[in-house]
Amino acid sequence: MDRPKVVEYSKPLCVEDYPCGAFKAGHLVQDNAGWRVFRPVIDQQKCVRCLRCFLVCPDGAIDKSGDRLEIDYGFCKGCGVCAYECKLGAITMVREGDETDAGL
Amino acid sequence: MATNARELTNTEFLYGHRACAGCGGSLALRLAMKVLGPRTFVAIPANCMSAVSFLYPQISFTTNAMISPFPATGAVLSGIEAGARALGFKDYSVVGFAGDGGTADIGIQALSGAIDRGDRVIYVCYDNEAYMNTGIQKSGLTPFGSRTTTSPAGRNIPGAAGRKKDMFEIVAAHGIEYAATASIGYLEDFLKKIGKAARCRTTSYIHVLSPCATGWGFPVEQTVEMGKEAVDCGLWVLAEYEDEEFVLNRKPKEFSCVGDYLKKQARFKHLKEKEVEFITANRDKKWEKILKNWKA
Repeated sequence: MDRPKVVEYSKPLCVEDYPCGAFKAGHLVQDNAGWRVFRPVIDQQKCVRCLRCFLVCPDGAIDKSGDRLEIDYGFCKGCGVCAYECKLGAITMVREGDETDAGL
Repeated sequence: MATNARELTNTEFLYGHRACAGCGGSLALRLAMKVLGPRTFVAIPANCMSAVSFLYPQISFTTNAMISPFPATGAVLSGIEAGARALGFKDYSVVGFAGDGGTADIGIQALSGAIDRGDRVIYVCYDNEAYMNTGIQKSGLTPFGSRTTTSPAGRNIPGAAGRKKDMFEIVAAHGIEYAATASIGYLEDFLKKIGKAARCRTTSYIHVLSPCATGWGFPVEQTVEMGKEAVDCGLWVLAEYEDEEFVLNRKPKEFSCVGDYLKKQARFKHLKEKEVEFITANRDKKWEKILKNWKA
């Protein structure tokens, strides 16, 4: 998985600890996984790697660096655009907490 | 420069933002950043994208990015460009992402000034057709009949009564080097246009229609589909302005039904047959002018 990672962060304890002027770019302290009700699961047998889902993901949560497309469940909000746009129906939306998923 | 998913870099330059699920604006920004690459300076005025990606200590842009004053996007872009030039930087882009209100209402004079000066900056207007960030108020780019909190649909007035400003033609009237309209329904076309803008020597302007599930009221998974339908029914036109000439990029053989597109959205649910006909007639009038005057 080649996606930005959440970093360890401790809250400032006094005013001097706060950044003055600019702050670090690409600084992630918390994921967005808690927003999700449905989780997209890719059926790797059906996937032909057309990269449509990679292109349309508003959060960029689909990683194309490996042989198989991988979803970063830390930052996927479960909007379902990928599943809706997949022409082969290779992505299914599975309710969070449902045990029937094989993709994870 | 990348023009399709295969050529696009896997690296994300906008990641971990807090936009609503299925946000069209964040998709437009994410892909534009991927085309422009890591050596990009970004300025964003008050809009959803600045609200969701600069939540200290969660900073979603991995490149230099800042929030500009609301009316000053164009001026801030000019300043960044002048600074980069003074420092002797080579091979960089300066881009601004303003919303529809930040472009057509509040930021229009700074944008006009930037185009007039001819600074080498890219101005992207991501158009979700209302002030979505503050809770869906009418902007200058809200189309006729759209229900917002400041243009509620009532017995006598069917939502927004005015017409949508034609920002693309307003910008083109400056004699800008390159201007284009795009939609997130046709992403390859959008990528191509961002690439073209990046190669310009002076100011360029991209106006991208970015459906907003929250404000428009449609199921979140249909964001890209909505952007496509807007083009297919003829209410949104994909075009370019280059070498002082308008070029139409996509001419649907047959328009899909305007009513079907409108009725999928909660903001147009209240429209009566008469109003849908009015919108359709306006579309036909606009297209007649386009086909007569623009290069196909």
